[in-house]
Amino acid sequence: MGKIGLIITREYLSRVKKKSFIIMTFLGPILMAGLIFGAVALGLQENDDHEVLVVDKTPGGVFKGKFKNLEGLKFHYSTKDMSNQEFDKSPYSLMLYLNDQTVEMDAGELFYKDAPGFSTQGKIEHQIEGVLEDYKLELHKISKEEYNAISTEFNLVTKDINKSEDDSYKHKVAIVGFGFAIVIYLFIFIYGVQVMRGVMEEKTSRIVEVLISSVKPFELMMGKIIGIALVGLTQFLLWVILTAILSTAGPALFLKDKYAVQEIAQQQATPEVKKELAAKMKAGAEPDVMAEFNSLKERINFPLMIGMFLFYFLGGFLVYASLFAAIGAAVDSETDSQQFMMPITIPLIFGFIVAEMSLMNPGGAAVTWFSIIPLTSPVVMMVRVAQGFDPGSIWQLFVSMALLIVFFVFCVWLAGKIYRTGILMYGKKITYKELWKWLRYNG
Amino acid sequence: MSTLLEANHIVKQYASHKALDDVTVHFPEGCVFGLLGPNGAGKTTLIRIMTQITAPDSGTLIFQGKPLERDHIYQIGYLPEERGLYKKMKVGEQAMYLARLKGLSQADAKTKLHYWFKKFEITQWWDKKIEELSKGMAQKVQFITTILHEPKFLILDEPFSGFDPINAELIKGEILELKKKGTTIVLSTHNMSSVEEICDNIALINKSKKLLDGKVTDVRKTYSTNTFEIDYRGTTEQLERALGGSFDLQANGPKGDYLSARISIGKDAQLNTLLQQLIPHVDLNGATEIIPTMNDIFIKVVGANNAGVGSGLTE
Repeated sequence: MGKIGLIITREYLSRVKKKSFIIMTFLGPILMAGLIFGAVALGLQENDDHEVLVVDKTPGGVFKGKFKNLEGLKFHYSTKDMSNQEFDKSPYSLMLYLNDQTVEMDAGELFYKDAPGFSTQGKIEHQIEGVLEDYKLELHKISKEEYNAISTEFNLVTKDINKSEDDSYKHKVAIVGFGFAIVIYLFIFIYGVQVMRGVMEEKTSRIVEVLISSVKPFELMMGKIIGIALVGLTQFLLWVILTAILSTAGPALFLKDKYAVQEIAQQQATPEVKKELAAKMKAGAEPDVMAEFNSLKERINFPLMIGMFLFYFLGGFLVYASLFAAIGAAVDSETDSQQFMMPITIPLIFGFIVAEMSLMNPGGAAVTWFSIIPLTSPVVMMVRVAQGFDPGSIWQLFVSMALLIVFFVFCVWLAGKIYRTGILMYGKKITYKELWKWLRYNG
Repeated sequence: MSTLLEANHIVKQYASHKALDDVTVHFPEGCVFGLLGPNGAGKTTLIRIMTQITAPDSGTLIFQGKPLERDHIYQIGYLPEERGLYKKMKVGEQAMYLARLKGLSQADAKTKLHYWFKKFEITQWWDKKIEELSKGMAQKVQFITTILHEPKFLILDEPFSGFDPINAELIKGEILELKKKGTTIVLSTHNMSSVEEICDNIALINKSKKLLDGKVTDVRKTYSTNTFEIDYRGTTEQLERALGGSFDLQANGPKGDYLSARISIGKDAQLNTLLQQLIPHVDLNGATEIIPTMNDIFIKVVGANNAGVGSGLTE
C-alpha cells in the first residue's frame, strides 16, 4: 500500500469508528422514517368519533337530512343558533354553521372544541359540495345526467415532438432528481467542512510538520479528501440500505390498522383496483402516493441516475473539498475561516436555488447554463438527469462532465499550492493578496 | 570522517525577507552537530530544506555523495520544535501510522515500537489517547516515532524542551547511543550547556548567514583569550610584584585556602613565561586555562554581528 493509501485508511477509519458517525448513520434513517411515518400515522389516525350539529340557516333548509352518516361522523340537524357556551356544554363535538348566504357564497363555518383532522374536514366539505351541487341542479332544472355530461375535467398532456412518449411526468421525475441534488448538496457541505476541520486540526496540532517530512503535502491533502469522500459514500450507502429496510418494515410497525392495509393494497394494486381506488380517492380518500411513486420508478433511468449521482457527488466533492482544504490550511482558527468560506458556499447555495427553480421551469436557460458550469453543475445536473436527455441536448451532459473533470483538476492544483504554503504558516493574518502570492511560490 | 550531508550555497527568499543567504554547512557522519543561532536566524528554514519540506531557491544538497532526492526521506528523521500528534488518536495507532509513513512494514513497525515502548517504560500507554497524556509523555512518544525508522540523519529541534531533568537525561543518553551507532544528529537548540556537553561540531547562523562553524573544541580555542586562572598561596602584593605590569590581572580573590587570580597574558605570550615569572614570588597551586563557554561565544559573535549590521546598514 502506498503512502496515500495509508493516509486514506487513517482518515477513513478514524472517522468511521467515531461514535458520532455510527450514531448518525443509524439514527439518521430512523429519525427520518420515524418522522415520516409518525406524521402519516398522526394524520391518518383520526379515530375519535364526531357528533356534528348542522345549524342550517339557509332559506328552506337546503341541508336538512342531506348528510350521510359515516363511520365516526354522525350528523344532527337544527335551525336554531347556539351560543359558544351552549355548544361547549352540548354533546356535539363539531358545529357546522351554514348561514342564509351559504348557497350564494359557497362558504360556511365549522366550530370545534378539539380541532378535527384534515380528513374529517375533507369529508364534510365533500358532502357539502355534493348537497349544494344537487340543490343548484334542481334550481336550474338540470338533470343529473345532463350535468354529468356537461361537467368537464380536462387533462392536458404535454408532448415533446422529438419523442414518442408524453412528457407530463417530467415534473414529477424532476422532484426525484431534486432529491438526489439535495443529497449531493448536503454531503458536499457536511463533508467539505469536515475536510477543512481535518486540515485545521493537523495544522493547529502541528503534527503536519512531522507528516510532511514523510509525505508530500499534496499526498496528505488528497489522502484526506479521498478518505473523507469514502466516509460520505459509506454513510450514504448505509442510509440507503437502512431506509430501504425501514420503509418496508416501517408501515407494518407503525400503522397496524386498516389504513396501513389500505396503503399496502394500493401499492400492489392491479390497474382495475387502482381505478377503483382512484374513485375512492375522489370520495375523500387519501391520494395514492405509492402508485405515483411506482410509475415514476419506471420513468427514471435509475442505473444512469445512480451512476451520474456518483460521478457528480465525487466530482463536486473533489472540487469543493479541495477548496475547503485550502481554506483550512490558510487560516489559524475556525473564526478566521468565515471570510474565505463565503465565496465557496455562495455558488453551492446558488446551485441549490437553481435546482429548486428547475422544478418549476425545467427547460429554462438558467438551468441549462448552471447545469454545465462546474461549481453549480453537481447539484443542478441531478434534476436534469432525472428528467432524461434527448439526442439534441445530451451533449450538454458530456460537456458538463468534462468541464467538471477539468475544473476539479484545476481546483486541486490551486488548493495544493495554497495548502503547501499555508500549513506551515502560523500567526499571520491571511488576505487574498497573500494567497495570490502563495500561488506563485515554487516549492 | 566523511560528510553525510552537504548543504552548499543555499539561498531561500520569502516574499518579504531572505531566510537563508548563501549558507554552506557540511554535516560529518556519526557526530552530534549543533545548529545554533538566535530566533528567526533561518535555522528552521535550513532544516525544512534538508527534510525536503520546502525547496531552496538556489544551492545544492548532497546526501552521501548524491543529490538529495525524495527517497532519502526514509533515512532522515525530524523532530520539529513545535511538537504535535493527533489528540484524539490512540498512542499505538498513531505511532504505527507515523512509522508506516516512514516506510516501515506493519510487522516491522510493531516489533520496533514494542521494543522502544518497553525501553521507555510506556507500554501501558499504547491504547491511551494523546489528549490523556501529559506534555512530557507525549514528547516521549514523539521522540520514539522520530527515531523508529533508524534514520542515518536525525534532526532534533530543541529536543530537551518540555522534559523533566530525568527524561532529558534519558533523551541525552539515547542521542549519544545513536551517535555511537553511526547516526548523524543535528541538534538545533538554545541550550548552550547541552551543546558543550554533547555536540562535536557546530554551525552558527545569524540573520540568514552562517557566521562560523567547525569542531566545538576548535571554535572554543579560536575564541579563547589566553586567560588563565592561577591558584596560589601568598599575598596580593607578592603577586602584583611578580607580574610587574607585564600581564593583565583581571581579578583576584580568595578561593578556599588559596587566593585565585585571573590573568590575561595576551595573544602571543605563553603560559610558561607567566609561570616562570610567578614561581620565585608565590607558592603556586594550580593553573587552568579559561576557555570561553559556547554561551559566551554565541553572545559575542551574534552581538558583534548584529552591531555591525546595525551600524552599516540603514535597514
